Amino acid sequence: MMAKPKPPAPQIQAYADHHVITQPNPLRHAVRYVDDKEADDPVARAEQALADLSGEFDNWMQEECDRLAAAHGTILKDGFTPSARDELFRAAHDIKGDAATFGYAAAGAAADSLCRIIEHAPDIAAVPANLIAHHVQAIQAIVREQTSIDRIGVAETLSAHLRNIADDYLKAVNHDRPEHLEAILAPSIVPGE
Amino acid sequence: MYRIDFNKLRFLVSDDNPHMRRILRTLLHSFGAREVYESEDGATALEMFSHYVPDIVITDWAMPIFDGLELAQMIRQPDSNGNPYAPIIMLTGHSEKRRVTLARDAGVTEFLAKPISAKGLHQRIMNVVTNPRPFIKTKNYFGPDRRRNVNNSYVGPERRTGTKADIMQQPSLMDKARMPG
Repeated sequence: MMAKPKPPAPQIQAYADHHVITQPNPLRHAVRYVDDKEADDPVARAEQALADLSGEFDNWMQEECDRLAAAHGTILKDGFTPSARDELFRAAHDIKGDAATFGYAAAGAAADSLCRIIEHAPDIAAVPANLIAHHVQAIQAIVREQTSIDRIGVAETLSAHLRNIADDYLKAVNHDRPEHLEAILAPSIVPGE
Repeated sequence: MYRIDFNKLRFLVSDDNPHMRRILRTLLHSFGAREVYESEDGATALEMFSHYVPDIVITDWAMPIFDGLELAQMIRQPDSNGNPYAPIIMLTGHSEKRRVTLARDAGVTEFLAKPISAKGLHQRIMNVVTNPRPFIKTKNYFGPDRRRNVNNSYVGPERRTGTKADIMQQPSLMDKARMPG
């Protein structure tokens, strides 16, 4: 492990109800000024490394799908126990975050819709079983049939349709829960979502 | 122009998803980082934070045992023996405004919504390294200054007293969260 420089002592200004603490930049040792013409581009290098890794993405996406299916299978067998619910949410949430990077943006959109159901349904056990099953099956189908259905835009249409159905359901069951309703109706902070 | 010598920085990456950890490791190593420590849950991350004393923490939100938000709250303990000032970059699939506010109030320095990109991650790291914000300690908050805009008309109970506002002009965490990941 590399030895680290000792962090500089912070300056503390005390006010009536708060302190402002300013540290001389402890990471300054890692910053250097370079000529604009320097050819090295760390972002391009990282993008290339990510492209080199992309051969793994199909397998990874399949593993994420298998995990989601297993979590759903546990719920079908044992019902919505807290741990089963958490695992289904985490599996869907990971797909929501990873799928676009892996080249399966439509699967990510369907997973986002499933996350919203789990997060905002007042009683997860009362959610129609088909609504959850259709999301899981759609994600699996989008990943399995990527090359054939993506070409004609079916994956996006399927995800958008599921999202509309899920949102209608969530709006209806949250009509008396304003904080959830606000979250459901709020636009995403992610551009293009 | 400024460049970061990533080989002089120590990173702690916490994400329960092995694929995302691999992507983060790949990106950080490509930037030039040599020291990248990884954990798959919040509890291990906290242990590694104390042991390795990383310069920058990159954490997911949804993790088992305790999540990224709780990890941030535990790191931001002003009297701890570790480094409570360490920059924390929250990398998450959560994409709601409410989440950004929660992360900000837990002391998170930067918010990066997935899907991840090399550019987005590099930008966040560049920002925490070159533009550290002062820390504020109040009765119920310890973390980077949350004020990024002047709002002299605010008179609510959250207004700090005792001085004129000392504001660093920066995009809000929400605006930055909206920047492509």
